[in-house]
Amino acid sequence: MNIPTELRYTKEHEWIRAEGDIGTIGITDYAQDQLGDIVYLDLPAVGAPLTQNDKLGEIESVKAVSDLYAPVSGEVLEVNTEAVDQPEAVNEEPYGKGWLIRVRLSDASELDAMLTNEAYDELIVREMEEHSD
Amino acid sequence: MADRDDFGATLTFDLSRPGRVGCTLPPLDVPEAPLPSGDLLRDDITLPELSQPDVVRYFTQLSQRNFSIDTGFYPLGSCSMKYNPRINEVAARLSGLADVHPMQSDETAQGALALMHGLQRLLAEITGMHDVSLAPDAGAHGELAGILIASAYHNSNGGPRRRVLVPDSAHGTNPATAAMAGFQVESIPSDTDGNLDFEALRAALDSNGDSVAALMLTLPSTLGLFEPRITQIADLLHDHGALLYGDGANMNAMLGRVKPGDLGFDVFHLNLHKTFSTPHGGGGPGAGPIAVTAALAPFLPAPHVRQDKSSARFSLETPEHSIGRLGLFHGNFGVLVRAYAYILSLGAEGLRGISEAAVLNANYVLTRLRDAYRLPYDRRCMHEVVISGSRQKANGVKTLDIAKRLIDYGFHPPTIYFPLIVDEAMMIEPTESETKETLDAFCDAMLVIAKEAEATPDLVREAPARAPLRRLDEATAARKPVLRWTR
Repeated sequence: MNIPTELRYTKEHEWIRAEGDIGTIGITDYAQDQLGDIVYLDLPAVGAPLTQNDKLGEIESVKAVSDLYAPVSGEVLEVNTEAVDQPEAVNEEPYGKGWLIRVRLSDASELDAMLTNEAYDELIVREMEEHSD
Repeated sequence: MADRDDFGATLTFDLSRPGRVGCTLPPLDVPEAPLPSGDLLRDDITLPELSQPDVVRYFTQLSQRNFSIDTGFYPLGSCSMKYNPRINEVAARLSGLADVHPMQSDETAQGALALMHGLQRLLAEITGMHDVSLAPDAGAHGELAGILIASAYHNSNGGPRRRVLVPDSAHGTNPATAAMAGFQVESIPSDTDGNLDFEALRAALDSNGDSVAALMLTLPSTLGLFEPRITQIADLLHDHGALLYGDGANMNAMLGRVKPGDLGFDVFHLNLHKTFSTPHGGGGPGAGPIAVTAALAPFLPAPHVRQDKSSARFSLETPEHSIGRLGLFHGNFGVLVRAYAYILSLGAEGLRGISEAAVLNANYVLTRLRDAYRLPYDRRCMHEVVISGSRQKANGVKTLDIAKRLIDYGFHPPTIYFPLIVDEAMMIEPTESETKETLDAFCDAMLVIAKEAEATPDLVREAPARAPLRRLDEATAARKPVLRWTR
């Protein structure tokens, strides 16, 4: 399972790539694999305010509809409309062309409490053990 | 006329021609009356103008596009898409039952009330419970009634309890019901055999056990497996003062074999539109009666039919501590008539035969498919079998592709991606009414698809090839439906 080292993660399986006060948000490789074929993205509008841990949108796969949660607080600067039009991009490149939104962080210190790649790796190993059948 | 292969895209509006009519009105034989002023009349409704045969052909051809249990095998797991014997329809159309009015007095509707009372008693006998309410209008409605009863029971016996436990294999409606009724929902995992993890249940009860209102358990489970520790589970819950709620969606496996009341269930809902054959392919109407123990009977929803011992007359009553009404009038009466006809036409032996054939058919499918597909829990199943497409997924063919390919072979796909705890799940419920030839044809198709997934995976990934339309954008259709026709 691909877990890039330079990103920060949530236990809800979102990732964020922070550059200054700008963050790019998506879902992890593990999340897209668990969801299966993604068929619909419901994302906030540009300018919408985000509050850390609040629901920011929905992601629908052939299996289920899941909530997306904001890893950080801030404001939506950009929405990946290409992924909205072609949701399979999230399956194909969850850390690349399948990114979801770009935000302006209101409190960069929120990043400190997020999971590192090692911590996220441990989390999904535990989840996979629980789900193994 | 529209091209048959274009059906679905062509609407009656497209076939409309100005001035074409489908019928002629008779000459005016009453005094002519002026219409109200123009402000009250709209002239912007453009209704389609077609000849009568064009209308008949349009809708007949549309109906021929429909896949139903009357046209083919429909193994939708957890749904008991069973054949609806035509005698049910004869009964439901009897004038005395079809034309009875819900506002009639009890005195003038004794026959209808006798039928409801009789059905209450039959379902109480089948479930081994004390009493039954026919008020809930669907399965999830019955769940809500059952959980509201559990809530009312605790409130009047030791005070409110706030937690409801739900296995991770449960129907999604179970946690949704508990949340809707105001409870905190906790998931209990399944063990490696597909049973409820008994130690996890014990742990959940050991911590604040007196805060648990109920466990909502489906029996057999959505994995199609019978829970071997069911009586121990019931005892453990009762030791903590909690109730055992039964989701009866899978009652088809147990008719006449075992009574939920004997196993320790306190509330058990039934889906008349599944187990008792009334049609539900169009999304309803349904009926989700609940059966309860004597301790819970005073809380049953209204109306409840009672028979006066001395006069033998039937009347509607509201039980002493009733949770109230769940809907208007008497529930979906036509569904009750069909279920009553189904039970009486089969009799006790017939009902036993239903569960026997349903379980035999599912195990036949399991045995024929077990070498080609992964079996997540290798044990005898009940009325439905859950297999996994994980082996095929390794070759790039997903369960969704297998389901779509089945359409090419003329079968309705089974339930897929449920239960959630099985990777690439396919949940096959053949029901009792299918012949060995039909089951063989379905299994043959599944085996061919497993071979195709290895030899010609693109063929499966691109299915359906023989349906009028290929893969539909179901997500957008559900989220952004286009409901208005524009020229």
